[in-house]
Order: sequence, then C-alpha cells, then structure tokens
Amino acid sequence: MTASVFFGCTFIAFGPAIALFLFTIARDPLRVIFLIAGAFFWLCSLLLSSLVWFITVQISNKESSSQQKGLLIFGVVLSVLLQETCRFGYYKLLKKANEGLLMLSAEETMPISIRQLAYVSGLGFGFMSGAFSMVNILADSVGPGTIGIHGDSQHYFLSSAFMTMAIVLLHMFWGVVFFDSCEKQHWWSLAVVVISHLLVSCLTFQNPQYVGSLVPTYIIVFLLGLWAFFCSGGSLRNLKLCLTCKDKDFLLANHRPR
Amino acid sequence: MLFVPVTLCMVVVVATIKSVSFYTEKNGQQLIYTPFTEDTDTVGERLLNSVLNTIIMISVIVVMTIFLVVLYKYRCYKFIHGWLILSSLMMLFWFSFMYLGEVFKTYNLAMDYPTVAMIIWNFGVVGMICIHWKGPLQLQQAYLIAISALMALVFIKYLPEWSAWVILGAISVYDLVAVLCPKGPLRMLVETAQERNEPIFPALIYSSAMIWMVGMANPARHAEPTNQDTGTFCLISAYNPLALTMLRGVKLGLGDFIFYSVLVGKAAATGGDWNTTLACFVAILIGLCLTLLLLAIFKKALPALPISITFGLVFYFSTDNLVRPFMDNLAAHQFYI
Repeated sequence: MTASVFFGCTFIAFGPAIALFLFTIARDPLRVIFLIAGAFFWLCSLLLSSLVWFITVQISNKESSSQQKGLLIFGVVLSVLLQETCRFGYYKLLKKANEGLLMLSAEETMPISIRQLAYVSGLGFGFMSGAFSMVNILADSVGPGTIGIHGDSQHYFLSSAFMTMAIVLLHMFWGVVFFDSCEKQHWWSLAVVVISHLLVSCLTFQNPQYVGSLVPTYIIVFLLGLWAFFCSGGSLRNLKLCLTCKDKDFLLANHRPR
Repeated sequence: MLFVPVTLCMVVVVATIKSVSFYTEKNGQQLIYTPFTEDTDTVGERLLNSVLNTIIMISVIVVMTIFLVVLYKYRCYKFIHGWLILSSLMMLFWFSFMYLGEVFKTYNLAMDYPTVAMIIWNFGVVGMICIHWKGPLQLQQAYLIAISALMALVFIKYLPEWSAWVILGAISVYDLVAVLCPKGPLRMLVETAQERNEPIFPALIYSSAMIWMVGMANPARHAEPTNQDTGTFCLISAYNPLALTMLRGVKLGLGDFIFYSVLVGKAAATGGDWNTTLACFVAILIGLCLTLLLLAIFKKALPALPISITFGLVFYFSTDNLVRPFMDNLAAHQFYI
C-alpha cells in the first residue's frame, strides 16, 4: 500500500485509455463532447440499475447473505442489459443528432463519421465504467493498510487494475462492433456483443479465483479487438502500410511528410 | 473550449478539499448571510433554518444585482469599477494569503513572513493588472479560474450543509428568471450594454476568445459598430452580470464557475466516495454541453446554471444514496459490470 502500488495500478488500469484519449480525442472538441455524453449515458444506465437493485434489497431479507448475493448477481445481469440498452439509445440519439449537426454546421459533409462516433462513445462508456470500478480502490491504495489481512486475496489491487483495463478496452470494442452491426442491421452480431458482455461480467463471479476470470476475459478482449479492427475497415494490408509508414491517406490526414 | 477551464477549476477545488482539511472543518462560524444555525434538535427545524438561510442569501444576491444594474443604467462607472477592484483585491490578496497559509500548515512547511509577503504581493499585483487592465489571455484566464476556485472554497467552508444544497437549487431558479424574464435584472443589463455598444466588465467574465483583448481596456470607450454581427454567444449567470455581442468565442460568468465548483466540492467533501464526485463532474459537463447547444440554436444570452446544477444535484443525491451501496457491494465481491 504505497505510492508505487497506486501509480502502478493507475497506469495499468487507465494507461491505454488515457493514451487513446490524448492522441486521438483531446484535440477535437466535438469528439470530447461525444466522449462525455457517452460517459453520461453509462452513468444513467448505472443509476437505473442501482435503483432497481436498491428497491429489491429493501424488500428482501437483509439477514440472509445468500439472498443478498443472489440479488447482487441479479443486479449485475440487469446492469449489463441496461448498459447495452443505453448504448442502443445513444446510437439512436446520435443518428438523429447527425442530421441536426449537418444542418447547424456550415460544411457539406459530416464533421464526424458514425465510425468515429462509435469509437468515441465506446471509449466514453469504458472511461466511466473503469473509473467507477477503480477510483475508490485507488484512493484506498494510497492510504495505510494491509491487503487481505483477513485471509482474502493478496492480489486485490493488481487484479482489479487488470480487470479494469480489460473492461475499458472491451467497452471500446463493443462500441465499435455495436454501432457497426446497428448500421448494417446485423442483429446476430449485436446479440454476440450483449452475450460477450454478460459472459465477461459473469466470469467475474469466480473472483477471487483470478485465473478463471482474468484469462478468459483477456482472450475475449483479444478476439473482440480483432473483430472491431476488421469491422472498422482494417485489414492486414492496411496494418502493414500503417506500420511501415507508407499509408498515404493516414499521412495526408495527419499532415506528415512521407 | 469551456470544458478545460471548468474542469481545471473543479480539479483545483476537489484537490484542495481532499488534501487541505481546513476547508472541510466546521467550527460554528458562518457568513452573516446565513445567520440560522443548522445545529438543531429536529430535522424539521434544520430544514426550516436552511430554507430561511437560502431566502436571505438569495435576497442579498438579488439586491446586489439590481443595485449593479441601476448603477450601470445611470452610468456610475467609477463606482462599479471601484467595487470590482475592491472585491478582486480582497480575493487576490486576502483569500490567497489564507489559502497559502493553510496549504503550508497541511504539508508542514516552514515559511517566513517576508517570503510570503513577496509571493502574495507579486501574485496579487499581477492578478490585478491582468484582470482589470491588459495581460496575456491565458494568464488572465488562469487568474479568473484561481479566484473562482478561492471563492468556491470559501462558500464550501462557510455555508452550512443543507443550506448549501438549497442555495444551489434556488440560485439556478433565480438565474433562469433573471436572464430570461423581460424585466429580469441580468437581461436588462445585457440589453443596456448592447444598446450602448459597450463590452462589459472584464473582472466578472471568463472569455475563451482572443478578440476580447481589444475591448478590455476601458469600458466607457465605444466599441466599433461592426461588433454587432453574427454569433452573439454569451452565457449569463446570476451572481455576475454578463457580456455581450462578440464576434467569436464563448463567455461564461465567474459565478457559473463558482457554483459548479461549489457543487463538485461539496460532493467531494461529504463522504469519502470518489464515485459521487465523478458523477457530479460528468453531470455538470453534460449540462454545460446542453446549454452550449441551446446557445447555438437560440443565439442569445442564456443562463448557464439551471441545467448543469439540476443534473448535478440529481446525480449527487442519487449516486450517494443508490449507486454507492451497489458499487460498494460489487467491489467487496469483486464483481464487474
């Protein structure tokens, strides 16, 4: 419980997200607005699910711990479903807003494409989800104490950090795949997104057996990352051009010489 | 655009609240504007006292705003200038001296009076020059953020708990009324300034644009009539009367900064939960987005407080009471949603 734990866990959990934000979103105020709106929608979904959970807890038997655990599991499943519903709602709102934005702005073309919106909104969801899961834990890690003094796992902070990083990246990938499947009306891939979210959350019920939850989660991160990459127009050829700095469109868009 | 200064102000206030315990200690001292104590026996009495405190505070603000508008209408510019200079003097010298003292106490740093005098003197004088005369835009923006944060910290310290929440609600209602009603004092101020083609006092508004530097020197000087064209973008707040037709750039009253920071600071002060603070922060930023959107649609002066403060209050109470137990339970079992 030292500063090194604090900084280590912060950078593990939020490093990729902050890097993505700084390099791709921070310069463009429109993207920042949509990021914050995405975070807001995630927050609304959390509020609704907490409300339902709170009501069920109040009318239940507070003494029985197995019932409370069952209610918590119900809360988790409900929250996941509500999050995906809010993502769908955000998608619908963005489609409507696209037309409005086009009217307001002086230019002919859209200032921001639906794919960029998918990425930005997914990252917004991810930021908020990660922050809500991790910030209290980080604040506690700065102070004095011993982890797992009552026999719990010693790796609480580290596993939380890794799980949070996975969740942030997953939200981003889910955002991209979700919006893409809504655009192309592929409802089966939408269902796969929802099911993978449920799967990841349900895997965490095994904590503190971290092997059972973290390893499959990272496999899902990798697979969804690949899927999102191909969904958003990536391909092996694109990747090769990008990595060898020969992609003309990318260089032009970033005003860099060859 | 406006996110960065609003975020910075809130970050400064939250960081101070979390580290310097002075601003969360209650020692029974209250402002004279909130004379009723909240140390009562019953809940009903406490509620009544906080409502009475709010009524007094809002009436003081209404009276001061009307006084300012009357002074502006009858062209008593020197009086207004003197008033603004005195209040910014107090903020820049006295409050920042107190703040520095508390920071030194918190981190147990030894300091001597001559060094502090040098620091405060330089800070204050450069601040006065930047705000009331000419200076680099970013330095002026930094000073305005600093005094908003200091004012918000004073409010957080000296306003009693429930009164602060009721005051936040009441002041957004007042803001709505004062800016949108035809006889509202702030609307009259803006219209008078528009008729006279003058920019308004730089000490009370935060401007994000470069062009502002031209109009900063002397408000009595008539601005060029070309100021009138497209894009009148300004946001008005209750505590500070606000600006005018400008070619570019959005302006936000310092009172808006102050009350946003009061809300987030109080969320950070009460309870050790960071989730509530984050939720209020996002809610306020979304409210600001929506207000800017309305500004782009309606193109006239709009109140900046109501939407943000409403969202902020709703999210504060709901996150504190509903989301916190849920997230605490999830974290205890390490379930992720």
